[in-house]
Amino acid sequence: MSINQNIPNVAEKPNEAPMTKQAAALAVEAKREDIIVEEGKTVGLPYSDNPKFKLRNVEVFYGEDRAIKDISLDIARNEVISFIGPSGCGKSTFLRCLNRMNDSIDICRVKGQLMLDDVDIYHSKRDVVELRARIGMVFQKPNPFPKSIYDNVAYGPRIHGLANRKSDLDEIVENSLRKAGLWNEVKDRLDATATGMSGGQQQRLCIARAIAVSPEVILMDEPCSALDPIATAKVEELIAEMSESYTIVIVTHSMQQAARVSHRTAYFHLGHLVEVNETDKVFTSPEHELTESYITGRFG
Amino acid sequence: MTDQRSQAEIVRQSLKRRYRKERRFRLYGMTAIVIALASLFILFADIIGKGYTGFIKTTITLEVTLDSEAMYLDDPTDADQRSMADFNAPIINALSDLIPGVENRAAQRELSRLVGSYGASQIRDMLRANPELLNTTQTMTFLAHDRVSVYVKHADNPNYSIRLSEQQQAWVDELVEKGVIETSFNDVLFSSGDSREPSNAGILGAVVGSLLTMVVTLVIAFPVGVAAAIYLEEFAPQNRFTDFIEVNINNLAAVPSIIFGLLGLAVFIGLFGMPRSVPVVGGLVLALMTLPTIIISSRAAIKSVPPSIREAAEGIGASKMQVVLHHVLPLAMPGMLTGSIIGMAQALGETAPLLLIGMVAFIVEIPDGFFSSATVLPVQVYLWATSAEQGFIELASAGIMILLTFLISMNALAIWLRKRLERRW
Repeated sequence: MSINQNIPNVAEKPNEAPMTKQAAALAVEAKREDIIVEEGKTVGLPYSDNPKFKLRNVEVFYGEDRAIKDISLDIARNEVISFIGPSGCGKSTFLRCLNRMNDSIDICRVKGQLMLDDVDIYHSKRDVVELRARIGMVFQKPNPFPKSIYDNVAYGPRIHGLANRKSDLDEIVENSLRKAGLWNEVKDRLDATATGMSGGQQQRLCIARAIAVSPEVILMDEPCSALDPIATAKVEELIAEMSESYTIVIVTHSMQQAARVSHRTAYFHLGHLVEVNETDKVFTSPEHELTESYITGRFG
Repeated sequence: MTDQRSQAEIVRQSLKRRYRKERRFRLYGMTAIVIALASLFILFADIIGKGYTGFIKTTITLEVTLDSEAMYLDDPTDADQRSMADFNAPIINALSDLIPGVENRAAQRELSRLVGSYGASQIRDMLRANPELLNTTQTMTFLAHDRVSVYVKHADNPNYSIRLSEQQQAWVDELVEKGVIETSFNDVLFSSGDSREPSNAGILGAVVGSLLTMVVTLVIAFPVGVAAAIYLEEFAPQNRFTDFIEVNINNLAAVPSIIFGLLGLAVFIGLFGMPRSVPVVGGLVLALMTLPTIIISSRAAIKSVPPSIREAAEGIGASKMQVVLHHVLPLAMPGMLTGSIIGMAQALGETAPLLLIGMVAFIVEIPDGFFSSATVLPVQVYLWATSAEQGFIELASAGIMILLTFLISMNALAIWLRKRLERRW
């Protein structure tokens, strides 16, 4: 076990008056502060035999701030892995390293080895445009372009030159919208502006836009946090379907969602990767004390 | 219980105070707006009250007999004869016919001065163009002399002094009664260049000069400003050097415009040997002056493009250039255009830098190109406002009204463009 065993447990001290709720919360807080995660030690199953991503000793700095502390992880081919953890634990930052979305932040530096199919993502000669064509991304807030539905989906294939003829492009758009489960809803109004759609439709359009360039990996940064439960259910269904053809990494704040959609779940805490395991295992019998505290709702 | 009641009481009392404060604050705001509107109203009322007569011209319509003996002219095509001929004679004769009893030459000359000083040349030009009209009688409309015009339009206005003799005033009254002297819409103002004679002065030269200057300004300042803004916002690394540039751009926006005039004089005219008084140099100077405004407003427009759109494009694999051209620029365009048009409006109203590069010259011809001498609207207003003849007072105000019309239309265009191009996301 990678935690300090000498935790002064305030709550269990004898001769103490029954505590109020507030005091108990404070005690938990104190306890959480006292748990020291040993760097680079992740419990569970962080490695895979058939990795799509091979990430070793990854560290991310924002200026002097170390946001990601020595994380090693494999992401297997065609698996759905979800990243969970309290706010500010670095799960989004880590996700954004995978397609170098952090590049545009000047003060952000990434160290360590990040390999996609055994090729270094951060190699100086690596073309970030080509990388992002292989790794699609769906964001927290639906962000369709203020253009027509058709143009939104067709944008990626157009800039990458994937379709030479109009008919090819039409086919790509239709297929992508079908895969995103949106075709029947929008086939009669492909020229309508995308920003007029509902939030759930917009998010599925963003997914369609991402898969239109036939990526190998799809990164999802809290894709359902701005959606209502029905729209969320649709997106989750979609993720399950897509897992057959794509590797999916999803950051989520909803533990139920992680439990529903992912094969493996990774728990992040203050920049550490504390535990990675089969999703069932994480939610039924977590190995690490911090994971347990988090999934039982003692902090978040 | 008592505690709660007293607390509610305290809140209630403070509520009163808060609402009073709010009312007072609203009152201050309304007072400010009333003051601003009142000043604006007074300003406009004054300008329009003084200037509307500038849009009225006074004309004298005469039956002139183009008698070759009276003019000492046999052949209107002969330049020597033309230079010797007395083209004033037909006017004197026509007026004498209308007002009998003016016999001696001094009185006749007095009478002929009712017609503006270009009356004789009007006859000369007509005869040169149509020599066959010699020895015929023609109905011709002449512009009245500036003093006549002032008397007709402003006889009761204490701000104007009447510079006509008692005799002349009586003649004018008589001619007005006979319908010989009339007032009508001043088309001369819109169809000719500047003149020493207020009745003949027009603003067209200045309008054309302003347009030519603005074209040069726009062609230079807009692309350069937008390109600079895009580079600084999207591509430039964040370091001391770019910080330094940014500080300098912000400072340049606050530099008095006359400094840009000095710069233009020293660099464009002094160093590059460009001609004075031409729209190209004026446009270059105004472009330099407008650049900071355009850069600052364009950067603000680029900054206001939501980062989510940028991320979406980047996430799909768009290159930096594609992100900028396909997404940032179209979304920032309304803001950029608005900023540029407001910058242009500022440039259109600018006088000081143009004085220094010689665009203050007295130019009669309407400029026909970027390299011909010209003046611009605000400078024309300045020239008229400093002229001695009384007729220029109303022309200056009329010029201000025309300038304001241009400015207001440009601002309206900016608002319309923003409404038109604005896209919601």
